[in-house]
Parts: sequence; structure tokens; C-alpha cells
Amino acid sequence: MASYLLGISCYYHDSAAVLLEDGIVVGAVQEERFTRKKHDASFPARSISYLLRERGVTLREVRAVVYYEKPFLTFERLIETHLEASPFGLRSFLASMPTWMKEKLFLERLLKRELAQLGAGPVPELKFSEHHLSHASSAFFPSPFADAAVLCADGVGEWATTSAWRGQGADLTPLWEIHFPHSLGLFYSTLTAYLGFKVNSGEYKVMGLAPYGKPRFADRMLENLLQLNSDGSFALNLRYFAFTKELQMFSPALEDLFGRRARRPEELLEPFHMDVAASLQLVLERALIPLARELRRQTSATRLCLAGGVALNCVANSKLLLESGFEDLWIQPSAGDAGGALGAALAYYHLAEKGERRVCHGDAQKGSYLGPSFKAVEIESFLRKNNVPFQKLTQEDMLSETSRYLDEGKIIGWFQGRMEFGPRALGHRSILADARGAELQKTLNLKIKFRESFRPFAPVVLAEDAPEIFEFDRPSPYMLFVAAVRPELRVPLAPADRTKFGIDQLNVVRSTYPAITHVDYSARLQTVSRDRNPILAQLLEVYRQRTQSSVLVNTSFNVRGEPIVCTPEDAYRCFRRTEIDVLVLENFIVTKESLPPSNQSEDWRSEFELD
Amino acid sequence: MFTHLWAYLRERKKFWLLPIIAAFVVFGGLLLVSPTNPYSPFIYTFF
Repeated sequence: MASYLLGISCYYHDSAAVLLEDGIVVGAVQEERFTRKKHDASFPARSISYLLRERGVTLREVRAVVYYEKPFLTFERLIETHLEASPFGLRSFLASMPTWMKEKLFLERLLKRELAQLGAGPVPELKFSEHHLSHASSAFFPSPFADAAVLCADGVGEWATTSAWRGQGADLTPLWEIHFPHSLGLFYSTLTAYLGFKVNSGEYKVMGLAPYGKPRFADRMLENLLQLNSDGSFALNLRYFAFTKELQMFSPALEDLFGRRARRPEELLEPFHMDVAASLQLVLERALIPLARELRRQTSATRLCLAGGVALNCVANSKLLLESGFEDLWIQPSAGDAGGALGAALAYYHLAEKGERRVCHGDAQKGSYLGPSFKAVEIESFLRKNNVPFQKLTQEDMLSETSRYLDEGKIIGWFQGRMEFGPRALGHRSILADARGAELQKTLNLKIKFRESFRPFAPVVLAEDAPEIFEFDRPSPYMLFVAAVRPELRVPLAPADRTKFGIDQLNVVRSTYPAITHVDYSARLQTVSRDRNPILAQLLEVYRQRTQSSVLVNTSFNVRGEPIVCTPEDAYRCFRRTEIDVLVLENFIVTKESLPPSNQSEDWRSEFELD
Repeated sequence: MFTHLWAYLRERKKFWLLPIIAAFVVFGGLLLVSPTNPYSPFIYTFF
């Protein structure tokens, strides 16, 4: 009889649940996808219900529920940090305490009450993992490595902000930790806030903004903000950071350092902001590479696993791959706190219960396609119920039709199989488009995604074709690395284009795939193979037969501020509100031109807060 | 909850936190009637 463990993360941000069957992940989903509230932190009741239903088990059959961190340790940090800051910090202390007194100090009781509401019978045993152990487990145990060093870097979890581990077989040994407030994640988040973007969601935009600027402030940052030590460790200069005692990330000293007040949200982005972003990105890389090199020296391991929010910085990941001395790198695709739910369950299974670990070829993450899927009968019923005109095709015809639409420059809402676990859409809940279109980046940003025009789009390409197009020599199934477009595919710049700077660089055609080539010729690469994603691989093959190219734009199926679509209904609603031309739900095709004009009162802006 | 709190204090050897936590329980009523803060998504180091 199969044995089940449930991992959960919630009450901070990105709540999620994961189900293990005999130590193998069989389902994982973030609560935001059901509640349609981005970064939803509430108890993942709907996620758990889905996971149990999908597997046909009840909560009674689950052996234990593992929560991804230890709240008492976080509380200890809060008390000690505020005592150290006193008499300052009273406001932030009083602001944070109600949540703690009402919920988090009584977390065990709260979790048991929530779990009890999910089903009849006794609630399974409740266990707690440590935050960075959860991250480290999520990085090592699903990886394809039997032996590896593990590096976790995030904002903060309990006390730790950075931690190093050694993974061998089914064992994971802690090596060292760097503690709050010295944090690379909070360093990056603080400058993200200074640049007018939201903490915990805008970091990705800063990374995309960086190539537009010049890193002229990097030395100033290293002299004043972040001290890098010879052993790879680092320390923040707290004079410039306010997050230890105030309800904001940076102090006025940071504005004085740059000689400019902080940018307000949605204000014009100037070359200054791009230069700060470029400097920040460079400084992050300069901090991470020595850390990884030191870990390589200490462990002699040849493989490295990464997790924690900082590991979502794919530009830094690529630098680590090239410069850290490790031969190979595996990164947990759900590297943020949602992935902590997976790590917590895996840590309990392997470390507490001594469960066996089977190292899988590729990895044990199953392409991260671990969420809900919908049967043809459910999709057809939805379409009929809503009087949506559709074509029901064979898979072969659907692929051929979709390929034709893409070749004609149409933008496709692509909905197939199980939803992705993690922040990236990997070809099951994606918007796809022709990467050869020169105007496509602008159209997609402003008319489909309704997001900032500077943001780049990622390419998806057949794995076997990737080396001919990108300077990258290995699979990148999770879109966690960047790679340069090969020089022979680049377009020589006109003299007038060479002198452009800032956002003006955006409209310059730089390669035969302008929609996915960033201003520095980089692209956030996803490679696709038949074994991990057969349906998308087949689409790319059919598209290649037609166009001699297997490169498409792949961006998440949502608008700005909206969680990635989960159900056919979410997908249809997003399709109606945007200028997506064609919706492909499994083998059903809906075209915009077959529908009456959309009801303008259905404005997504009133529903989703801008991120 | 108290069993777990005691186990935590013993494991971490942080008995000096006990009077502070006790003070919270005494004044907890005041905090419980305070509204939940609007900052939590932004300054998550406190929450």
C-alpha cells in the first residue's frame, strides 16, 4: 500500500502544497492559482483538496503533514532584532505583533484546525522542517546528482539568509549559514524597492532592466553597501538598510548615496535607474561567485544545486555555471517559498524516515508539470455551456493548425496537460508567438501582457536545435539560465543604432529572432525534449517543418498582476480580455475572430493589483 | 503550544526569552484587538 506525505508552505507568501507517494512527488500546486490572488499566503486548502482528489486518497491516508519552517525561530529573530534596535523600531514591532499573537505563535493549532476542516477523521501528524533545510532538500533530492554541494540564498528564513550543504545519496549535511540581516536576497530586494518595483515580485523586472544600463555604480555599492570578505562571506552596511527596524526597506542614506530620491512606482524609467539595475546585478554576481567557489573548495563536489529566491536570477545562474568551478548545476524550478513545501516533505521522508532515494536520469521534478489538468470532456462542456464557438480537432490537426497560426504571426494562448509548479510557464500554460517578428516584443508587452515595454521575452526551442541558435551546451528545461544568441545569427547594427541607450535600444533588431533577443544578445532559454514535454516538442517539430525554425516566444499565460491561468475558464477569461488571437485548449481551438466583441466592462485592471 | 514552546526554549537555550513571551501573553489582549497590518506583503522580514 502506498504511503503519502504532504508538504505545505503558507502564512508568509506563495503558499503551496505538495504530495509525495512513497517519496516520489506526484503533485504540487500553489494556492494563488486557485484563489487568483498573486503570492497568496493563505492556508493552501484548495491545493491540498486538489492533490488528494487527483490521487484518489483521503487526508486520513496521509502519514504526516510537514510545514516548511519553524515559526518559533522566526519569532526569536524578531524579538532579538527589535531588542537590538530599541528604542527604535517600536512602530514595526507593534505592526508585526498582531499577526504573531493571533496566528503564527499558535501555528500548530491553526494548521490542525485548517486540516481538520478538509476531511473527516483524525488529522495526520504535524511535523516542522527548518526553512533553509526545506530549500536545500528541494534543490538536492529531486536533482539528477547522487553527490553535490547545495547553496541556498533568499531574503531570510528564520535566521538564515544563505546556507551551504553537502548532499550525498539520501543524506543532506549542513555546512554553514549566514544570518539575518546580512542577506543577498534582501540586498537585491532593497535596491528593487529603491527602483520603484515591488519587493518579492519586482526583482525579476530589475534583472530584465539591467542590460539596458551600465554598471557605473557597482564600485560605489561594493564600497558602501555590501562588503565582500575573502572567505566568500559578505556583510551589509546597515546604515543604508531600514528593514531591521522600520516598515521600509532602505534608509534615507541610500538616497543620499546615489544622489537621487527613490523612483516611485510607474514613474518614468531613466538611464540612471537602468545603471543602478546593471550595477546591482553585477554586484550580486560578484557576491555569489566567490560563495560558490568557496563551497567548491570546501566540498570538492563537482555538482552544485541551488534554491531560495535568489536562485531564480537566471543571469546570475549562468555566471555561476561558467565561473564557479562546478561542472554542472541543477536549480529547483520552484526555488522560492512555494518550493519549500516540496523540500519540507522530502526532508522528512529522506532524513527523518530514512526513505530511500532513487536518482533519476534528467531529474525527479517531472518537468515541474505537477498541477491540475483537464479532460477533453470537461473542456468541451465548459465551451458549450458558455456558447463559445470552437473546433474540436485530432491532435495532429491541432498541431498543424496552431503551427499555421504561429507562422501567420498570430498570438496563441496555449493550455495543455498539467499546470506548472513554480513561477515560470514551461509550455503547459503559456502564450506562444513567432520569435521572428520584429514588433512582437512591444505588442506582447503592451497589448497582451499589459506590462512594462522594456521586459524581454523568453525563447522555447527544441533541445536538439538549441546549440545552433544559442551559445549553450546543455538542457535548460526550466528557463533558469540565459544564453547568448550565436554571433552568426546576430544582425549588424546600423551606426545610428550603436549610439542608442536606455529604452531606445528596445526597437533595434539584433538577430534573426528579434522577439527573444535582449539588448545584450542574451535570451532566457527553455529547451524542450519529447520525454519531458511531448506535446510542445511535437508542436515545435511541426512548426520547424513549416518554417525551418523551432524557436518560439514563450511567456506565461496571464496578464500583469494575475497568477498564471489554472483552469480552462481562467484561460478563456484571459483570452477575452487581451489581444491573444487564438486559444488552444488541449485539442480544442477557439479563434478571436469567431467571437463577438468582448464586454469592455470586464477590465482585468479592476481585478488584479499591478505587481 | 506551551509544551512546544518549552521544548524550543530548552533546545535553543534561550530561557531569557521566557519573560518577554510572558509579557506578550499579558498584553496580548491589546495586540489582539489591533487591526492586522497592511505591510506584510512588502516587509516580510517582520512577518
